[in-house]
Amino acid sequence: MTFEYAPAPESRAVVDIASSYGLFINGEFTSPVDGGSFKTVNPATEEVLSEIAIAGQADVDAAVSAARRAHSQAWGLMAGRDRAKYLFRIARLIQERSRELAVLETLDNGKPIRESRDVDLPLVAAHFFYYAGWADKLEHAGLGSNPRSIGVAAQVIPWNFPLLMLAWKIAPALAAGNTVVLKPAETTSLTALAFADICQQADLPPGVVNIITGAGDTGRMLVEHPGVDKVAFTGSTEVGKSIQRAVAGTNKRLTLELGGKAANIVFDDAPIDEAVEGIVNGIFFNQGHVCCAGSRLLIQESVAEEVLDSLKRRLGTLRLGDPLDKNTDIGAINSAEQLARITELVESGEQEGAERWSPECTLPDRGYWFAPTIFTSVTQAHRIAREEIFGPVLSVLTFRTPDEAIEKANNTPFGLSAGIWTEKGSRILWMANRLRAGVVWANTFNRFDPTSPFGGYKESGFGREGGIPGLAAYLQTDDEGQNS
Amino acid sequence: MTVTFPAALAGATTSAASLRQFLHGLPGVDEVGAAARAASLGTRSVKAASKSWAIDLAIRMVDLTTLEGMDSPGKVRAMCAKALRPDPTDPSAPPVAAVCVYGDLVAAARSVVGDSVHVAAVATAFPSGRASLAVKLLDTRDAVAAGADEIDMVIDRGAFLSGEYQRVFDEIVAVKEVCGGAHLKVILETGELRTLDNVRRASWLAMLAGADFIKTSTGKVVPAATPPVALVMLEAVRDFEALTGRLIGVKAAGGIRTSKDAIKYLVIVNETVGDRWLTPDLFRFGASTLLNDLLQQRQRMASGHYSGPDYVTID
Repeated sequence: MTFEYAPAPESRAVVDIASSYGLFINGEFTSPVDGGSFKTVNPATEEVLSEIAIAGQADVDAAVSAARRAHSQAWGLMAGRDRAKYLFRIARLIQERSRELAVLETLDNGKPIRESRDVDLPLVAAHFFYYAGWADKLEHAGLGSNPRSIGVAAQVIPWNFPLLMLAWKIAPALAAGNTVVLKPAETTSLTALAFADICQQADLPPGVVNIITGAGDTGRMLVEHPGVDKVAFTGSTEVGKSIQRAVAGTNKRLTLELGGKAANIVFDDAPIDEAVEGIVNGIFFNQGHVCCAGSRLLIQESVAEEVLDSLKRRLGTLRLGDPLDKNTDIGAINSAEQLARITELVESGEQEGAERWSPECTLPDRGYWFAPTIFTSVTQAHRIAREEIFGPVLSVLTFRTPDEAIEKANNTPFGLSAGIWTEKGSRILWMANRLRAGVVWANTFNRFDPTSPFGGYKESGFGREGGIPGLAAYLQTDDEGQNS
Repeated sequence: MTVTFPAALAGATTSAASLRQFLHGLPGVDEVGAAARAASLGTRSVKAASKSWAIDLAIRMVDLTTLEGMDSPGKVRAMCAKALRPDPTDPSAPPVAAVCVYGDLVAAARSVVGDSVHVAAVATAFPSGRASLAVKLLDTRDAVAAGADEIDMVIDRGAFLSGEYQRVFDEIVAVKEVCGGAHLKVILETGELRTLDNVRRASWLAMLAGADFIKTSTGKVVPAATPPVALVMLEAVRDFEALTGRLIGVKAAGGIRTSKDAIKYLVIVNETVGDRWLTPDLFRFGASTLLNDLLQQRQRMASGHYSGPDYVTID
């Protein structure tokens, strides 16, 4: 007898997707001046969901001026307690509409509803609640004297956690008294546009939040706009570098949250069953579209075979398919372009001599899919051990001593996150002191909390999001130079 | 009686020191991670045909239990009638796996169920286990002589917690010996062991000593069965099978009152040890009130509406 779970799809009836969307500028949806648009598709079915406007230079100008006006005439002058009221209202509206937003996120992004419902949306609301609480307490954050807003923030976010990245950007910016122009990723604009609707519902003053859609050109126009005081970007290291070049020589403040190639390190005294869960969560959560994904598994040689056997057995139980089904563990790859990139890197792994393994897994006929994949016999020299794949692909390496684990873990241009699995507390502290990564998880992985700062070393970027450091990125003080 | 093990386990039970070393050498359990895994399996959505299937399976896995000081032959006979035919209005409702009673009521149970349903007896100074080995063995012999097919023994938690693993091991071996052909379920009383590390060690200890089943709880201690405890015990039987080829059963007892909860356990079984364990031979629910909720859900699945508690019998 086998226990088949009958299909349990979440209802699409809770979302109402318009056939086309304009730009959200100065509190209203407007048509782009140049009139361009592109289609956004459901990556699980390739069904066209809507037409999204492309913001051109005139639109970017309008959005930045609206944000400037809102900053100098309303939001920047408003008492912190009043800004807090708006932010709390937004947080509550997100909670009230969380089912709708989760379904919309899953339709547009391809991630399983289990994740958008249980991870993304609760964290989105938590971020707004957390920073709402700071809005009237900025002088008590210990960041310097006379903390005040910077001005207009240009924010460009990626497609892997569309609404969550929006929350990470907008909540602290608004709490600190800044106004924002945000550009969502080209393939995942819908929840940002739904958030614009929430801003209207919350009676947020016009211009405080502006959402402009489009591709890379729109993002470039936004970050290069002279009317912008602060640039915050989450995305690829390549684009991050070009943004850094673009803002060089200006007064713009910059925070970058870029790629990663995290080591997830399993010692022989680890809680093996939970470590296996952590490995799975580290690399197959959100189809591996996670900048802090544990994409390099470092196992101590003495337990390598045991851990790999358990891991393979566990992968056999992962359920890949319809992202709207409540029992789906692995959803769709976000775009054809990303699927091509993953496929290319995986092929390089095979060509370079690593051993590829996937569980038995039927991929749907339509849409963009990639089976969970493990590479063993990987060396530090392989591209799959060095480059960010941003897909459900795990490279397995081994080590013999803690020193070797540190050397291998740090031997990467990235430094966003790392994981340590051991029952020995002193080893956790020893390792954490030596790992060059912005976040180190011990006996867990991919855990997020609005109170906890997140950000990278080296090519993973600079600046922190979340917690008090996340607030600092959107404040200036009289002690300039110390906190900027 | 001695159990023979393959090389991987051969040394584990040769002395008190080696047993201790083996149990302490098992990988630790991270409590937070285990709880998170169990909770995540609890979010599986089991609907429609798969729900009907799961409810019937759960009914077939129930050890319908009464373990009260006021149990009488009349009460036991009534419960046994229900065990045979849980839903008098619907003959398609399957019988339960077994009835579970105190040793002195085994004969009363047997007189009603005949060979159609197993009779399980609690023994070994249930529920505390605080008696001499001689008394525990006599208790067990009594139950077996009265016709019990299954013996639910308790381990000496005091001995376990003070590190006297050999003593616990020897007791299980001795009880197993007097069980004869009766199946032995070893109750770990996980609510008193407290940590999941202890649950894992006690599971292995019981399996090494010859348990046919490992069982969470007596039902007399809170917490009784919990999803993380069941998860860790299932991981233990999974790993034991990988080493020895022997399939050990798991019984979750106490605190499981709703169909929804029961289905969560079945999901944990399915995704931890696989569908080979989805049989009453290898997984059981020790419960008294669960059965009625399963029957009400079953009626609802068939009729499309809830009937209410007066439409299931309370025996």
